[in-house]
Order: sequence, then structure tokens, then C-alpha cells
Amino acid sequence: MGISRRILAGLATATLAVSVTSCGGGSKSTLSYDDEITVGILHSLSGTMAISEKTLVDTEIMAIEEINAAGGVVVDGKSYEIKYKVEDGASNWPLFAEKSSQMIDAGYPVIFGGWTSASRKAMLPVYEEKDGFLYYPIQYEGRECSPNIMYTGATPNQQSEPATEFMFKSSPAAGKPFFLVGSDYVFPRTSNTITKEQLKTLGGEVVGEDYLPLGNTEVAPIITKIKKALPDGGVIINTLNGDQNVAFFKQIQDVGITPENGYYVMSYSIAEEEISTIGPEFLEGHYGAWNYMMSIDTPASKTFAENFKERWGSDRVVADPQESAYNMVYLWKKAVEKAGTFDDEAVRAALIGVTFDAPQGPIEVMPNHHISQTVRIGEINADGGFTILDDFTSDGPVIPQTWNQFYPEDIGYGCDWSEGGGGRKYKM
Amino acid sequence: MKLSKKYISYLWWAIALALFIAMPSLVSDSRLKILGKCLSLGIVALGIDLSWGFTGLLSLGQGIFFSLGGYAIAMFLQLNSLKEGIPEFFGLYGVRELPFFWEPFKSPLFTLIAIWLIPGLIAGLIGYLVFRNRIKGVYFSILTQAALLVFFNFFNGQQKLINGTNGLPTPNTILFGTMVGDPLIQKYFYYLSGILVILFYLFSKWLVSKRFGSILIGIRDDEPRIRFSGYNPVLFKTLIFAFAGCLAGISGALFTVQADLISPQYMRVPFSIEMVIWVAVGGRGTLLGAILGAFFIRLGESFVQGLIPGGWIFIQGGLFILVVTILPEGVIGWINNGGPRNLLTRFGVKRFIATYPSLEANKKEGI
Amino acid sequence: MDLFFDIIFEGISIGSVLLIAALGLAIVFGLMGVINLAHGELIMVGSYSTFVTQLLFKQPFLKPFYGSYIIVSIFIAFIFSACVGILLERLIIRKLYGNPLETLLATWGVSLLLQQFVRGVPLAVGPGIIITFISGISIKNLLKDKFLNFAYKKYIDLSIWAFSVTLGILSTNFIASNISRLSRADSRNVDVTAPKWMRGPIDIFGETYPKTRLWIIFITLISVVAVLIFLNLSEWGLRIRAVTQNRSMSECLGLSSKKVDTLTFAIGSGLAGVAGVAVSLLGSVGPNVGQNYIVPCFMVVVLGGVGNLLGTVLASFGIGIMTDLIGAGRLMTIWPNMPESLANIVNFFATTSMARVMIFTLIIIFLQFKPSGLFPQKGRMVES
Repeated sequence: MGISRRILAGLATATLAVSVTSCGGGSKSTLSYDDEITVGILHSLSGTMAISEKTLVDTEIMAIEEINAAGGVVVDGKSYEIKYKVEDGASNWPLFAEKSSQMIDAGYPVIFGGWTSASRKAMLPVYEEKDGFLYYPIQYEGRECSPNIMYTGATPNQQSEPATEFMFKSSPAAGKPFFLVGSDYVFPRTSNTITKEQLKTLGGEVVGEDYLPLGNTEVAPIITKIKKALPDGGVIINTLNGDQNVAFFKQIQDVGITPENGYYVMSYSIAEEEISTIGPEFLEGHYGAWNYMMSIDTPASKTFAENFKERWGSDRVVADPQESAYNMVYLWKKAVEKAGTFDDEAVRAALIGVTFDAPQGPIEVMPNHHISQTVRIGEINADGGFTILDDFTSDGPVIPQTWNQFYPEDIGYGCDWSEGGGGRKYKM
Repeated sequence: MKLSKKYISYLWWAIALALFIAMPSLVSDSRLKILGKCLSLGIVALGIDLSWGFTGLLSLGQGIFFSLGGYAIAMFLQLNSLKEGIPEFFGLYGVRELPFFWEPFKSPLFTLIAIWLIPGLIAGLIGYLVFRNRIKGVYFSILTQAALLVFFNFFNGQQKLINGTNGLPTPNTILFGTMVGDPLIQKYFYYLSGILVILFYLFSKWLVSKRFGSILIGIRDDEPRIRFSGYNPVLFKTLIFAFAGCLAGISGALFTVQADLISPQYMRVPFSIEMVIWVAVGGRGTLLGAILGAFFIRLGESFVQGLIPGGWIFIQGGLFILVVTILPEGVIGWINNGGPRNLLTRFGVKRFIATYPSLEANKKEGI
Repeated sequence: MDLFFDIIFEGISIGSVLLIAALGLAIVFGLMGVINLAHGELIMVGSYSTFVTQLLFKQPFLKPFYGSYIIVSIFIAFIFSACVGILLERLIIRKLYGNPLETLLATWGVSLLLQQFVRGVPLAVGPGIIITFISGISIKNLLKDKFLNFAYKKYIDLSIWAFSVTLGILSTNFIASNISRLSRADSRNVDVTAPKWMRGPIDIFGETYPKTRLWIIFITLISVVAVLIFLNLSEWGLRIRAVTQNRSMSECLGLSSKKVDTLTFAIGSGLAGVAGVAVSLLGSVGPNVGQNYIVPCFMVVVLGGVGNLLGTVLASFGIGIMTDLIGAGRLMTIWPNMPESLANIVNFFATTSMARVMIFTLIIIFLQFKPSGLFPQKGRMVES
């Protein structure tokens, strides 16, 4: 009896310790609030994806702390302090579904989370079935539109399509054939399907594609294929995942697949964080396409980067996924204040049309639960950043197309979750 | 003395049963789902105990059969909730026609059979090929692991056939006119998992109490002797491994409908090895230990997972080492062998003495 | 002909990575019969020690020698992995000889702990532990004959270890204070950048080859030769072979089989460390790096025939060549106008993912015909 009680007490202390560390938001400030509200954060804190997803948690915490320091969320004249509970998805897609369902049942008004498309696809049915609401911050393959998810990352027409067009028309390898490389999961597969359709309309040529199983770093067969398919240089569209990029870029340089020899890689998953791990010497001269790049020369962008460094350490960098994660917290806050309640249905209705001056520039929530964003193309430089190609930056924010306008089944379809809108997929 | 022990065991069963029946009204829906999942995993653990604990065949590839069962039910549910056309995800990869092997899963009857028959047949086939060549011991373990890798890479790489990494979700599919994710349906699955665990436990217990069970143990302890006695070990090993495959398939199907998703993640190497640790901790060769091990370790996992991210891996790693070095017979085995009493004795608690007190006392003092 | 050489080169370069990764396992599993599922994590230890060495060589006092760090790191990786191996053997595996299935489970547990260790503990602690260990053991062995035989043995032992622990803590502190990356836990992957002279393409007879790959082939070759020489020509090699062939007879002749076991295991683990260096040159290094290699390594050893180094060599090159043939779609180049039905199948498997499926299936089928691999061990037991 005594033992079991001691164990229980020990467990209780452990729980307390953890909840104190994970709910530290706002404890520093001396502001007083009328009440508090707890939001859920669901990312991988362990496993293979933890590397990437932890940076999102850091950014979300920073956004929450900023909001709290500025007086919290004000609803109906009452100020609420935002508290948060971080849950671990452990890089395990089914676990993301399980945790989501627990968090929805526990009554969190909103959940911020996810990185991989596979985790989102696992969570989606849970949110739709239980009618919860998820903010998902990563650029993705599109072709999805849920009333229960707010997507703050880029759709293909805000990233991969302008990038493909740039590579085909204006890059040093303009007009040359394309080779598509990706990790073997849904984002690269779907994204490359779109690229192929787009190149068909542009008149470009795809001479090959290959996918590397997640976790495998033996890229030799892929490189053999590239050398064979692109003997005189060309464009490589790269959608490899995190650490596979390292093996890929190290080894293509070894066999002379470099910008000097006329090979240009356009990557959709390489941001500042990845450049610093892979090493700029392997990436210099290749390209990337994002909505936010750390080198954007505006006060908002600089403040964002500086605040992040101040909060989490001077060696840290910010990148597009983090900016999206940062934006989504603010969008939620603004929607709640606009709705005047935390009630999910009202907030959801209020969300459409919310605008925010993001680090990348102005953004707005569209009826299809995506946001309008600015598209930028950058050349990776020796300092580990992007040199933004101003000529190819979009004129103002680009409207998101969730149903892809190159994909035969989707052409002419749209998505609209506003009052009286056409819903998930309707003929425009 | 003996009678009272029997009553105590009945009492335990009664408490467990009462808890099992009352649980849905005691905990929230999402917690009930976790309990249901833990129960369903007891079935795959039973299979491992039969093949490893009793027959000495350590399979590191049970994930194959587990996932096949899961895929079977998920494919049926996907098709069952369609009004027309083909499941939505096919559109992502430009597939316009249902792949041929999906066709039969339109039938509920076929699915009900496929859930256990397909994994069973594949397990039987792998088993037969391996055992025929007298590959055994660790080589069998390594080969099953290789087979696991084959299946994992296939399912993971085939987006167009089976939705690749994403797997097949179930909560928004329809069964009996209701969404599978609905709490009521989930409650039924919880009960079904519990009932099936008990039924398969009783069946396995009956099975090993017969001559069949003795032969299995004989194979484990001295296979040549069994062969020289005129039995064909290949047949028995194949049979028991196929049966373990069937159990894994059923377990996977029940697990999938409660876990909302079946994906190639369940065919990863760590998950299949994790299954072995449930049995090892619970006590191999005890059947009950396998079920309890699966149930409590999984429960502990989801508990710890919420407290300390990554902390579970430490605990799991420690469990593997502890159980083979300190507690090789597992918890149930330890209890059965009088472990708790020995422990008490070590701490100076007097043992209950059934014979002449003086004799026992003298023995202790070394007279 | 060009095509032929291409295939051979690609096959050998893929195979040599497999070979160096499996070489240690071939010794541990082949000679000792120990199933070490933590072998992948010993590779990981080797990779991480390469990373640490690289960072050390970026320090001002070693900066001039930066270009040679990779050579130093081969030795350091060998020593580090060997030390982890010795600890593993002494603390766990020794108790489980004769129980391969138990060993399998325990070493899997160790592999989980090691993975979680590099995720959750600052990397500077690693070298500290190894230094403690090395200093403790070596001081004890140095003093053994002269001083350890009198009454205060216990206290001397204690003070030796106290000294070693202090040394370990000091070196951890030294590393942590100089290199900030190693002073805090970080689950992010780390990257080893090969020195300039090892990178880029090189022209040999008009063909370009990647230098890194050539170096890996070279390291593998050296390791295989070294192992062969050690096992066949050295005194300890003779002892190892004696113990593997007949343990009880060797013990009767006065060989300490315990010592031999530890040594064998240490060498196997050390080779895993060398493999870690090779692996780190190719891609990024993370806690999961070992997991990617463990099953293929076992397949190489089983396919080659347990206990036969030549078999391991042939098996890994065989798998390498098959990977290139199937995964890179070479079959279509070799035989461009094959019948369409066949071409469809070949194309279906001509991706890296599916090539893996195909190769593992082929290995499993092959083992149906030759259950003990390419070069089976001869024996007359009912159970072999």
C-alpha cells in the first residue's frame, strides 16, 4: 500500500513537472488576464521528424508568448492568456490520429500541428469525424480541401508551379530536360505528377523520375539514372526528405552533377535550416522556392528572425515552415477576436477573410481555407542563405488553388467553405 | 489450500470481467479506444507466445500478418463507404480503375475470411519454406525480418495500389450505416476485442493442454528427438506458425478499426520486435502473460508517451535488457514459480511453513 | 564494354558500403554466433565519433592538420566502437552465450538505448565515458603485476577509477566548453564533410569516378585485408580461430576463452566503427543511421554463409551489382528490345524502393536452395 502510494505521488510529481515545463507560456510576464485558454500543439518531439518539427513548436511557442505579452486574446472585452499543451506525435502517423482524437475529446478549441503529408492524411478523417479544427503549417501537394483544416503552407501554385516555370523558362538551364527525384511518399509523388502535367502544357520534357524509400540513403542508382538521362545537363526537381538531401547533394557533387556542368537542382524542401546542415558548399548555385526566406529585407522579416534568435539562441535560423507556423497562431487569434467567442463554428466562419501582416508580407485567409502568399525564387549562396531573385518574385500575394489547375481531374474545380459556398470540390 | 488458490484465481477473473464490462461507462471515448486497441494486441501476442514460447520459433515478422489483416478490413471499409467510383486517394496518383485485388473486398463475407486466411496462408507458406530446409533458431528470426522488409518496402512504395506511406484511414468509412469512428461502433469493437481475446485464450489453452501442445514443447526443447520419435516437426511448426499468422491478422483488423489507420508503419522492424517484448515481459509459455504483457505495456506506452517525449524508448530498451538478464521467465512465469514469495523471504519476511516448523527452521540454520 | 565496367564499378561501390558495414557482423555473428542487433548502433557510434573528430580538428590548435582528420577519425571510430563493444560484451552478452534469441532481444534493447542516448545526451559526454573507460582499464593493466597483489587492492582499484572518472569529466568539460555544438543535447542529424582532397570527381582512363566512393572502396579493401591477415597470421587470430572451432578443447589447452571472446567482439565492433566513417562520408548521420543497415547486414552475412569471410565479400558485391542492375534500370539498357510484358515487370522494379523488394525476395528464394548460404560451414551434427 505504502509503495503504491509513493509511486502514485512520484507519478503525480512527474506529471506536474512536465506540465509545468510544457505550459510555461506567459509565466514570465507580469500582465494580468481575466481568464485563460489552452490550445493544443501536436508535433513530433521524438523520432525521425523531431529534427524538423521541434522548430515549429519553438516558433508556435514564441508566437503565443508574443500574443500573451501584448495582452493575450481579447474576447468580449475579456482578456485571455493563451496556455498550450504540447503533445508528441513521435513521427508515427497513426499516433498523430490517436493524439488528435484525444485532444479533440479533451476540448481544446484549436490544435496546431503536423508536418508530413502522411501525418495530415492520418489526422484528416479524425478531425472530420469529430468536427475538430487543425492548423497545418507546411507547404504541401494540394488536391485536398477540408472544412476542418486550415492550411497555412503553400499550395503547388504558390511554390512548385512558379518554380517549374522559372526553371523551364528563365533559369540557366532553360529549355533543358527535367529529372524528378523525391522521397517515396505522398508529397513528392503528387507534386511530381503535377510538375509532369505542367511541363506537358509548357512543352518541356521529363526524362525520368525516381523515388528513394524513406530512411534509405543509398542514392547511387538514382545518380546513375540521372547521368544516363541527362548527359548534357538539365533541371533536377528535388523533393527528397530531410536527411536524404545530404546524401543526394554530397554524392551528385562527387560525380560532377553541379551548376558549373549545367545541372541545376530546384528543391522544394530545402530551407535555411537544411542548408546549414547540408553545408552551403554543396548547394551553392542551386535553387529553392518559398514564400518566406530569411533574407527578405523588410523590418517585419528582420524582427521575426531576431526575436526567434533572442528567444531560442543566436545560432538558430528561421525558414518558411516556421513562418507559416508563426502566422497560423496569429490567424487563429485574429479569427477568435473577430468572432468574439472561442466557439469553433463561429471562429471557423470568422476565419475567412482574416488578414495579417506576416514576416513575408500581407497574407489573407481565402474561402478555401488556404492563404494568399507571395512567391519567391532564391539562389542558394555561399553564406547559407538565399539570394532572392527579385525579377521572379510574384507581384503581391498569389491566390491559393487547392484543386490543381494542371491536373486533368481538377481543372475548373474550386473549394469554398464560406457561407453559401460550393464546399469541398465544386465546378467553378 | 489448493481450493482457496483456485477461488482466488476465480476472483481475479471475476474482477477482470466486471471491469471489462463496466469500462465504457467509466472512461472517456478516446481512452476506451486505447483500451480496446491494447486488448486487440493481446491476440497477436497470443500467437507469438504459441510459436515462440511453446515451439521456440521467434518470428520478428509478425507485423506482416498483423498489417495484412488490417489492410483487409480497411480495404473493405473503404469500398463499403463508396456510393460510386473508387476510393478518393486513387485520384491523387491518377489511378482511374480499381486495382484487381481490391475487387473481392467488396464482399463482407470474403473480407471476414480474408482477415485471418490470407495472413495465415502467407505465414504457412513462409513457415513451410523455411522449416522444410531445417532453417531454425536465429536464422528463422532473421529471415522473417527480411520478409518483413520486403513487405514494408512493397506496401510503402506502392502508392498507386494501396496508398503507400499514407495507409488507409478508417474513421470516416461506413459500417452498418454508421461512421466507424462513431463512439457507439467503437464500443462494439472494444467488446469484440475483449471477447475474442478471451475466446482465443481459452482455445489456445485447450490446444496446448493436448498432445499437440506437448509436441510443440518437444520441438522447442529437442527437435531431433521429436523427429526420431516419428513425428514430422515441419508439419507442426508450419501449423502453429500459420495459426499465429491468423491470430495476427485478426488482431490487426481489430486494431486498425480502433486505431483509425492502417499504414506500412506497422510493418516496420521495431513494431514487430516490440511485440516480442510484450510476450517476454508477460512470460513466454504462459499464454495469459502474453495477453497481459501486450495490454499493460501498450497502456504504459501511451501513458509515458504523453508525459515525456521519447522517454518510452528508454523504458522499452531497458525492458528488453532487464527481461532477458533478470527475469527470463517473465512476470507471470515468475509469479507461477513462487517469485513473490521468494522475494519476501529475501527481505526477511518469514515463509509460511507447511511442514514441521522445526524442520524448516533447522534447514535455514544449516543444521 | 563501357556499360559492363559501369555496372561493375557501381555494384562494387554500393557493395563496398554493405561489405564494410557487414564485416564486423561477419566476425561477431560468423565466428562467435552472437546475434548483435546493436551492430547498426555501433556503426552510428563510429559516425558520431567521426563528427566529433571533425569538430576537434576545427579547433585552432589542430586546424593546420584539418585535411587529415578523416584518417585520424578512422582510428578514433575504431577505438570508440570497440570500447562500446567491450562494455556491451562484458555487461550483457557474456551472460547470454548459448542463448542466441535472448542475445537478440537484449542487444535490440541496447540499440534503442544507444539511439536515445545520442538524441538526449550532449555528445561531449560520449568521449568522456570512453576516456574514463580506457584510462581505467589501461592503468589497471599497467599496474597489475607490481602493485595490485597486496592488501589494499580494493582501495587502489577505487582510486584508479576515481581518477579515471575525473579525467573523463574533465575531458567532457573541455570538449563542451570549446565546441558549443557538443555541449547540449540535440536530436538533429549531424553532417561530416569530407576534406577537399576526398571530394569531387576524378578522371581515370577517361572515365570520371567519384573520389569519395573510391576512398570507401579503398578503406573497405584495407579492412578486409587487415582482418584476413589478423585472423590467419597473428597469434591472437590463431587463438580466435581455435576458440571458435572448439571452445572446450581450447580451454583445456590453457586459452582464456573469455579474453578471446572479448577481443573478437571488440574487433567486430571496431570494424563497425570504421564502417561508420564510411557511412558518414555518404550521407547525414543521425540516431537512426544504424537501423537502415542492420537488416541488410544480416542478409549479407547469411547469404555469404555464416563464418565465411569470402562469402561475405562475394555476397555484398553480388547484392551491390544486383541493386545497380535492377534499381538503376540497367536491364533495359542491356536488353533494349525485350518483350513488352517482361519490360513492364522490369520497369515496375526499376526504382530504388522496388529494387529492395526484389533483391530481398531473391535472397530469400536463394536461401531455399542453399539454406546455409554461398559457402556453407561443414559439419556432421544433426543440428548444424
